[in-house]
Amino acid sequence: MSGFLQNTFNGLVGGAFYALLALGLAVIFGMLRVVNFAHGAFYMLGAFGAYVLLAEAGVPFWAALVIMPLALGLLGMALERAVIHRLTRLDPLYNFLLTFGLTLILQDLVKSRYGVQSSPYATPAELSGTVDFGLFDFPTYRVFILGFTVLLCAAVWWVLGRTRIGMVVRAATERPELTRAFGIDVGRWVTPVFGFGIALAGLAGVLAAPMRAVNPLMGADLIIVVFAVVVIGGLGSIFGSVAAGFGIGLIQAWGEAYLSDYPLVSQTVVFVVMAAVLLWRPAGLFGREEAPA
Amino acid sequence: MKGMTMRRSVGVAAASAAALLVAGCGGGGPQSGGDSKLTGDKIVLGVLNDQSGAYSELSGRNSVKAVEMAIADFKAKHGDDAVTKDISVETADHQNKPDVANSKAQEMVDRKGVDAILDVPTSSAALKVADVAKEKKKLYFNIGAATTDLTGKSCNKYTFHYAYDTYMLAHGTGTVTTEQVGKNWYILYPNYAFGQDMEKSFTAAIGAAGGQVVGKDGAPFPNTSGDYSSFLLKAPTLNPKPQVLGTMQAGAELVNVVKQYNEFKLREKGVGLAVGLMFITDIHSLTPAALAGTTYTDAWYWNFDKQNREWADRFQSETGTRPSFAHAANYSAAMQYLEAVQAAGTDDADAVVKELEGKEINDLFLRNGKIRAEDHRVVHDAYLAQVKPQAEVKEPWDYVKILKTIPAAEAFRAPSADCKL
Repeated sequence: MSGFLQNTFNGLVGGAFYALLALGLAVIFGMLRVVNFAHGAFYMLGAFGAYVLLAEAGVPFWAALVIMPLALGLLGMALERAVIHRLTRLDPLYNFLLTFGLTLILQDLVKSRYGVQSSPYATPAELSGTVDFGLFDFPTYRVFILGFTVLLCAAVWWVLGRTRIGMVVRAATERPELTRAFGIDVGRWVTPVFGFGIALAGLAGVLAAPMRAVNPLMGADLIIVVFAVVVIGGLGSIFGSVAAGFGIGLIQAWGEAYLSDYPLVSQTVVFVVMAAVLLWRPAGLFGREEAPA
Repeated sequence: MKGMTMRRSVGVAAASAAALLVAGCGGGGPQSGGDSKLTGDKIVLGVLNDQSGAYSELSGRNSVKAVEMAIADFKAKHGDDAVTKDISVETADHQNKPDVANSKAQEMVDRKGVDAILDVPTSSAALKVADVAKEKKKLYFNIGAATTDLTGKSCNKYTFHYAYDTYMLAHGTGTVTTEQVGKNWYILYPNYAFGQDMEKSFTAAIGAAGGQVVGKDGAPFPNTSGDYSSFLLKAPTLNPKPQVLGTMQAGAELVNVVKQYNEFKLREKGVGLAVGLMFITDIHSLTPAALAGTTYTDAWYWNFDKQNREWADRFQSETGTRPSFAHAANYSAAMQYLEAVQAAGTDDADAVVKELEGKEINDLFLRNGKIRAEDHRVVHDAYLAQVKPQAEVKEPWDYVKILKTIPAAEAFRAPSADCKL
């Protein structure tokens, strides 16, 4: 029983990373209709930035947790203005290729400066112990990640659901043309929303630094699963991406724990789920069919 | 069509006759200096390895530097008596892909005039290059790959396995850890050729030392989620409880396992850590604090004695970093090849192989070394190493202490019956 609870807990922690990344992808796709392939690279930059801040300037984890998302959010906004924005009128494939190219450039820039070897990043001292839950104990850092992510998702949910900005973003996400027809300047919100999505990826990266190998390819490994998460949740669906993120984390953890005799199964289960969801609901679990243009 | 074939075979026959004549005249004994029998009067060494991916740090471009150091030392030693002064290095990135390794190796031999290929990490790529060496009759010193198949069912006359292999790693770490840390093991391995080979080798070594494997799991490879927690949670709950977690992951995956091993506080729960394959570059990236007390088998250590240290200082002034055992082994293999050509007076592959077979060597990398004629395994002393606690680290890269030297005769397996040279 305690083993099952531990694995469940773990699945939720893994899912927290998927949820943060998928949430960013979902708002970006909703607002810009851009599939941001560079999302994994920004996750990597978040983790690397935390490492560089600590190693070269002595900036602690907590400060990095604020600095990196802000810095990357600004970088994202600059990128949106400089290049992505120019391609949004064309076939979505162009931006897909553009962000894929950006990924390669960012990865290789980091690689040429820091090499491919993983860089060290220790868990902050305040969070390095374990928490005793009675039935089982669990690393404090993982408890922190889970709590932090749930709070953050709730905050995003509140902003989108209860504030005027959120209403505009939701409206623009679902019916951009109609929203414009009501006299709302949708274009104003495009750049900040892109920056916000990138900031979430950077935040996930900082959170990952103490528990994952920090190297230039860490985002490339993860992003494939995150795309599956987004597709399962429904492209552009904000609630769907978070729910699917946690759900896929759980399925992966249970798969690894209880199907470990069949490694091929536990490795592909995410994609089997994706295929099944697409057959049953082509727009994803929480997505809605696009209105014919 | 038929006429052309005829003419060509006449030509070939004439050329071979001429070659025989030349060979006959030159067969008088070792030559040196001007009248050497080198193709193009030069020697070209080819370093084929990973220069952009997961294994580029532990070998990569710095191994090219190491080979250049060997060439400079060879020239300085022999001066005007050197078999040639024209010695150069070609290099290529095989990206750890067997098909790329295969085509790059062919290109090196056919177009770049490479006489001997060095390094080639990643077992699947290494085996492809062994086939090229056999087909093209060119020498191949494998350093970076671990599979014992290179001196087993895939061995051939032109392939030498230089630095380490899965047997050496398992025998050293498996035996000593079982005797000194605990008899019950849980093995976690990446589920592909290398990991499966390591798991088998370790299970055999642990059994022979009186221990047992109470549980084992093949983790997905590559592990896209980067998460190993389900395995790490399972380990302490097994019955009987394992005293040792043996991880066979390498590179970034090893980093993930060790980070999470520390996160779940397995050492505090009485489960020690043994690592199948580790390079000094891995310890540098994880920091000694994360690995303190971990034992592993090393093929060479830069701070082991004065000779190693002096070379490591030179290496550092060239590259800015301390050498891994792969760097030292590339230096040694290049040097031994050049010495063999010098002694044979020719770069003819069969003559050089004859020169190398059975040779006993002591150099920078090989201690009590011997090139076995039976299977071309290069045997030498290996070392059981333990990562120091942070407090004992006196200078950067000074991360391990050598617990024990494993004599060359014990460190490697006996020649395999599968190998027919």
